[in-house]
Amino acid sequence: MRFTKDHEWVEVDGDVATVGITAYAAEQLGDVVFVETPDVGKTVKAGDGFAVVESVKAASDVYAPISGEVIEANGALSDAPETVNAAPEAAGWFAKLRLANPAEVETLMDRPAYEAYLATL
Amino acid sequence: MSATPEAPLKTTPLHAAHLAAGARMVPFAGYDMPVQYPDGVLKEHLWTREHAGLFDVSHMGQGRLRGVAPLSAFEELVPGDFIGLKPGRQKYSVLLNRSGGIIDDLMASRPDDDGLFVIVNGACKENDFKVIDDELAGQVTIQRYEDRALLALQGPEAAAVMADLCPAVDGMVFMDVRAIDGFGTDLIVSRSGYTGEDGYEISMPVAEAHRIWDLLCADPRVKPIGLGARDSLRLEAGLPLYGHDLDETVSPVEADLTFAINKNRREQRDFPGAARIVKELAEGPARVRVALRVLEGAPAREGAEIADEAGAVVGVVTSGGYSPCLKGGIALGFAPPALAAPGTRLKVIVRGKPQAAEVVKAPFVPHRYVRK
Repeated sequence: MRFTKDHEWVEVDGDVATVGITAYAAEQLGDVVFVETPDVGKTVKAGDGFAVVESVKAASDVYAPISGEVIEANGALSDAPETVNAAPEAAGWFAKLRLANPAEVETLMDRPAYEAYLATL
Repeated sequence: MSATPEAPLKTTPLHAAHLAAGARMVPFAGYDMPVQYPDGVLKEHLWTREHAGLFDVSHMGQGRLRGVAPLSAFEELVPGDFIGLKPGRQKYSVLLNRSGGIIDDLMASRPDDDGLFVIVNGACKENDFKVIDDELAGQVTIQRYEDRALLALQGPEAAAVMADLCPAVDGMVFMDVRAIDGFGTDLIVSRSGYTGEDGYEISMPVAEAHRIWDLLCADPRVKPIGLGARDSLRLEAGLPLYGHDLDETVSPVEADLTFAINKNRREQRDFPGAARIVKELAEGPARVRVALRVLEGAPAREGAEIADEAGAVVGVVTSGGYSPCLKGGIALGFAPPALAAPGTRLKVIVRGKPQAAEVVKAPFVPHRYVRK
């Protein structure tokens, strides 16, 4: 699993990347009450806003950690957005992307680097 | 929502209590305030609806207006009947500018025979007291109560908690106010609040505030509640928020606050902006505050456009969010009167997508005030 400074995670399997928000991000947001996942077929560039996660208080953008085409969105989040809090780095995934540029993954932090980054916040 | 970056944030007398309780602090109205405690907004909201929530609202402005005839003087600034306000009663009102726009909304009451006790919004208080001082110069003197804290205890178990800890409130009903001895000190207590629940707002000397906060929090029925849930609770209660749903351009008729314009005052037309307000009462305003249920998709928040079913933009959401009790989006906003009747289907535009919404009668969650 790789991580961004905006607290998204990516897990790559072949040319498909599963994307979500980290446990840290979920804790900071508080209870998630709504998730807007991206439309299947949409092409995103790394750093684009590609999903929105909402708590009672506010809506927050989720940025695409890598470039690619959305091939699947986690439809279960529409009925159970609380999954993002319960299992942010597993069942609470947002979308799967077909990687446009696999080399981008290498630019992201690994877990020790992300944890070191969190320690600076 | 945010303070001027250069201005150092002020703190309330409960600041240390919030930090000790693990609050997440944010700037609000120039103060460093708790937005939530470790339970989080959702649980705090539901706790208040089921038990009793304790809110530090000491950032709000408290003051006493005194003079030869402070009630009639106050009527020069507001559209309510304050000459008719009986001792022991509180009244909601709006401070009006000369165009009939709302400078602030406030509570004014007579806890005793000592003039008028007013509570105004924290973000507006400096200007409010300046307006009152300027406009009523020679008629009233203002004593700011900067040496008093303000707590709100809200929820269906608030009355039982107060009966045990502050029995001098016995017999009070909604919008009653009393200057009493309670919690071992002098209090000004009203039975009112900003959540739609039964509850009390309690003004107390600063030096006693932390002790009383801890005493209330020690009761298993009571939990501290942050500004996040305060906002979602007031939204469900359909209560407008100054600076969002109300501002200096909005009249009390547009704001659906006509209950605050008393009949005798309408006839006398002797308050600021009376010409506009009386005309709006007779002919209807150009826009009116509506309550919307968002029927699909994301919650519509402040700034989202409101459109008619054909897609034409007709208004804007002024505050909105997720309702923990209704488990969906709710919003307040402005729309033309022709589209303001409950049952009217509208759209809210969220991030470019039109979503179905319906005008409903406020409040979204029934008020549970305890009346006579």
